[in-house]
Amino acid sequence: MNDRPDTNQDSFAVKIGLAEMLKGGAIMDVTNAEQARIAEDAGACAVMALERIPADIRRDGGVARMSDPEMIQQIKDTVSIPVMAKCRIGHFAEAQVLEALEVDFIDESEVLTPADEANHIYKHNFKVPFVCGATNLGEALRRIGEGAAMMRTKGEAGSGNIVEAVRHMRALQDEMKRLTTLGQEQLMAVAKDLGAPYDLVCYVAEHGKLPVPNFSAGGIATPADAALVRQLGAEAVFVGSGIFKSDDPAARAAAVVKATTHYDDPAILLEVSRGLQPGMKGLEMSEIPEEERLAVRGW
Amino acid sequence: MDKAVGVLALQGAYQKHIDMLHALGVPAHTVRQPHELDDCFALIIPGGESTTISLLIQKNGLYKPIKAFAENHPVMGVCAGMIMMATEVDDDRVTPLGLIPFKALRNHYGRQVHSFTTDIELDFDSKGPAFPAIFIRAPGVDKLSDDVQTLARNNNNDEAVIISKGHHLALSFHPELTDDTRIHAYWLSHFSSS
Repeated sequence: MNDRPDTNQDSFAVKIGLAEMLKGGAIMDVTNAEQARIAEDAGACAVMALERIPADIRRDGGVARMSDPEMIQQIKDTVSIPVMAKCRIGHFAEAQVLEALEVDFIDESEVLTPADEANHIYKHNFKVPFVCGATNLGEALRRIGEGAAMMRTKGEAGSGNIVEAVRHMRALQDEMKRLTTLGQEQLMAVAKDLGAPYDLVCYVAEHGKLPVPNFSAGGIATPADAALVRQLGAEAVFVGSGIFKSDDPAARAAAVVKATTHYDDPAILLEVSRGLQPGMKGLEMSEIPEEERLAVRGW
Repeated sequence: MDKAVGVLALQGAYQKHIDMLHALGVPAHTVRQPHELDDCFALIIPGGESTTISLLIQKNGLYKPIKAFAENHPVMGVCAGMIMMATEVDDDRVTPLGLIPFKALRNHYGRQVHSFTTDIELDFDSKGPAFPAIFIRAPGVDKLSDDVQTLARNNNNDEAVIISKGHHLALSFHPELTDDTRIHAYWLSHFSSS
């Protein structure tokens, strides 16, 4: 079996390839095998295995780390869809553990407590693909420069409030649109201002989109939330606390999946939005002190 | 009237197929509900997660409509779509459509860290350059019926990676992730001309 890609570029194409396969789907946070089964049965295209969902991490405080590999293994053994897991920002040793465990995607995530305040992981060194969060275009291009094969909005994880994910998606889309209107002579100045790699700035100026799939995460709690970010340009959605903090996770999970697929069909969105048990309570942004916000972690 | 190629868009890499069909000058649109098959002359079932796509085909009431469509229209299945084309799958979470008689082996090459690229030769373009095939958690092929044609093999293990029966085509790798349109063009010419 030839499982060693010939070149770095081939390897990157294979990583982006899996991200392409997840498009149009919903990726759900799960903390045990039973939740993973519920997510898969509802039609999730992947699960994110973690010990505590963001809402509980936020409540409990303390240092949030990579999950126990044993728990991740149990989830891998339970479902056939891809299994993702989170490592701390800059914690490449946690990433090495997750790669050895053969998870399908690693989320270098601001939801966990950052391990390195200056550097993110050099992700091209790994065979396993990475997803990273971003709040704007410069941040997205820095992560892609380091080798991220998928981007997502950071949003504000565990808030049940979509407002930050919308802010981040709009910021990203607005900046990408602006780049397509600029002359070539302006792009180096843009790269300087954004703090982003010049070749990636040129790519966005030419294509009007990121060179890797662009998903949304952080605060998605209802089917309509999923449809909103899809219509704003997210190619798939991550749903964290929104499912298993609600009163009827299976029904809500299925409804979010259907809303993600039929994101631009109001008749179907109406049908799946009806009669759901109450969603998670959620937090108004002003209730979250600045120092407890997750989106500002990383740079 | 049959005007466009439909691309099943429940989940997965459907947009890349639409882009490739447009690059070939072929009208194409997404299919998420049965009535959207009405103006299609062919259908692509794209890559994605096979258990997810199988489930969503059922939940969206598309199983019988796609089977009926396939009786007199060509269908191409890629990766997860190839698994859906089979008569048998090694995982009961997938209910295949049974369009080509073979058994699909899910994640035949292992998890994502074992995904790979390799050059393959196309039987229908044997003088042309090798095809840069990208395999993502790719399926394998087993119990191929004698009336199924093999159009390309993986050079590393000789396993079939493109198979066809009638106007149906199934492949285990992802041409839509490259700029090489030969496989899509071959599939289209195969039945447009006959």
